[in-house]
Amino acid sequence: MTTTTEQSKVNARMKNPLFLLWIIGILAIAAVPFAMPSLQLLVSFAMAKGLGVLGVTVLLRAGQVSFGHALYFGISAYAGAFLMASMPGTDFVIVMIAGTLGAVLAGLLVGLFVVRYRGIFFGMLNLAFSMIFWSILEKFYHYTGGADGIRLPRPTVLGNTLDHVQFELVLFYTAMVLMVALGWFTTRWFASPIGQLFQTIKTNETRLEYLGVSPRRALLSGYLLSAALCGVGGVMMGMAQGVVTPEYVWWVRSAEMVFIAVLGGAGSVQGAFLGALIYEFVRTYASVYAGDIWQMILGGFLLIIILFAPGGLIAILNSLFNRGSGKGGTGK
Amino acid sequence: MSDVLLETRNLVIKFGGVTAADNVSLKIHAGHNLAIIGPNGAGKTTFLNICTGWIKPSQGQVLFEGEDITPLPPRKIVQRGVARAFQIPQLFTEHTALENLLIAVSARDHLRNPLMDMHAIPERDEMLHLLDMVGCADAADTVVVELAEGQRKLIDVAVALALKPKLLLLDEPTSGVASSEKHAIMEILIGALKEADVTSVFVEHDMGIVDRYADEVAVWNSGDVQLRGTPAEILEHPDVIRDVIGEGV
Repeated sequence: MTTTTEQSKVNARMKNPLFLLWIIGILAIAAVPFAMPSLQLLVSFAMAKGLGVLGVTVLLRAGQVSFGHALYFGISAYAGAFLMASMPGTDFVIVMIAGTLGAVLAGLLVGLFVVRYRGIFFGMLNLAFSMIFWSILEKFYHYTGGADGIRLPRPTVLGNTLDHVQFELVLFYTAMVLMVALGWFTTRWFASPIGQLFQTIKTNETRLEYLGVSPRRALLSGYLLSAALCGVGGVMMGMAQGVVTPEYVWWVRSAEMVFIAVLGGAGSVQGAFLGALIYEFVRTYASVYAGDIWQMILGGFLLIIILFAPGGLIAILNSLFNRGSGKGGTGK
Repeated sequence: MSDVLLETRNLVIKFGGVTAADNVSLKIHAGHNLAIIGPNGAGKTTFLNICTGWIKPSQGQVLFEGEDITPLPPRKIVQRGVARAFQIPQLFTEHTALENLLIAVSARDHLRNPLMDMHAIPERDEMLHLLDMVGCADAADTVVVELAEGQRKLIDVAVALALKPKLLLLDEPTSGVASSEKHAIMEILIGALKEADVTSVFVEHDMGIVDRYADEVAVWNSGDVQLRGTPAEILEHPDVIRDVIGEGV
């Protein structure tokens, strides 16, 4: 019985045009290094940034906006850089794990404090922590390299020393696999009992408390997931760029993550990556062709989205694909 | 007399110059439906808030099954078997009625598997039965924000019952419901409470409801229990007629 139900779910999903579009999208991304190698690095950046945006998206599901989540993006990148500086030749996998663990540990320390607050206080406290870390990175020059940052030399990959091109290819496909795997995991987590308890913070903490659940603990569970996702994205970005600077945790980076999350579709897993991809393209090409006004173009783009498609790009896609079947799309 | 489930000893709390609980001592016995009546501002809801840990008394104790639960937060008291339904239903408005119950049972059974679909948990059938018990089976897949107040009240109780409590505290279960529906709702509620074998305390202003569904009545006034007895004894008491029901009603 269960097997039949599961099978029918899989069949229904396979017939969903939007699901097929995602499959095609992933295959298209997989072809980028061979079909359009000039876009490879840009797409790598977009996927790494998308993982960070996914972290912000998790918190949006609980109705909380963090204006300081670049903190975890930066901490993981610096953790990887410090590790590489102290132990040259450390393997790629170890750097990834160390960076992510650094972000989770920082998420636990900061999270234990900030989960006591909601709304604007939650957002601003996160910002405050990120700016404190930014100051530390700037001022402790002898340890952090100050504004110049730290170089992140190319690690070995499973014991193999790769050249520049090979390593970028490994990074690209690792980012792609992580995007799919962590996107899938986050979607499942949202649908799970623990994810649902976390999301009720948005609507009714009183009832949550009267279900015998600590709202702070529920929020902390999502906060740690969001820090981990930002951490994975941050350490990927650090290795892709080869250098980490305090700019990684600068408030503009945090605002950028919120911007992309809203652009893609607040609360949407796919929207986080779609938003990151489009943002990186618009940012790159607008800055090339529109000089100093590229921020204005991005601002206008977001304004249009908020006014005419508050569900973000993902809601536009959903409504386009569900129009035929008469279903609405929330982007979630 | 049956076992004492919850007991309060000399509860005192003041809000500025208003004494909301003035040395309240009360025993709630297992298996009874106790109605709390009294004029507005008498301290009825404050009593429920103290019993569930939402506010702390400046003096006194609350004991549940003999354990002092006075310093515990609401969630710890809930975990011991005291659930609550609210005057204004406290539900997850963006979720469906069934999802509200699934979330409740996930909390009850400590379901923490991050890869398990909440809709596929083994307790789903139990929750569908609970929705049926409170007469809301049709509303299972309806988002709470789209439901009528009466249905929300019933689902609020169902959410509390999903926790399998020993004691359920209900704050004005029929307020905000059309007069014609009050008895129907109480009929469903009392039936569900009996089936679930739950002791209840309910604050109520409708004396018809109190007369019909309460086993015992406690009369609150000026932050204390003035009288206690069977509905027949209490509703004909001259003080109750004067202070609560009103002369000539």
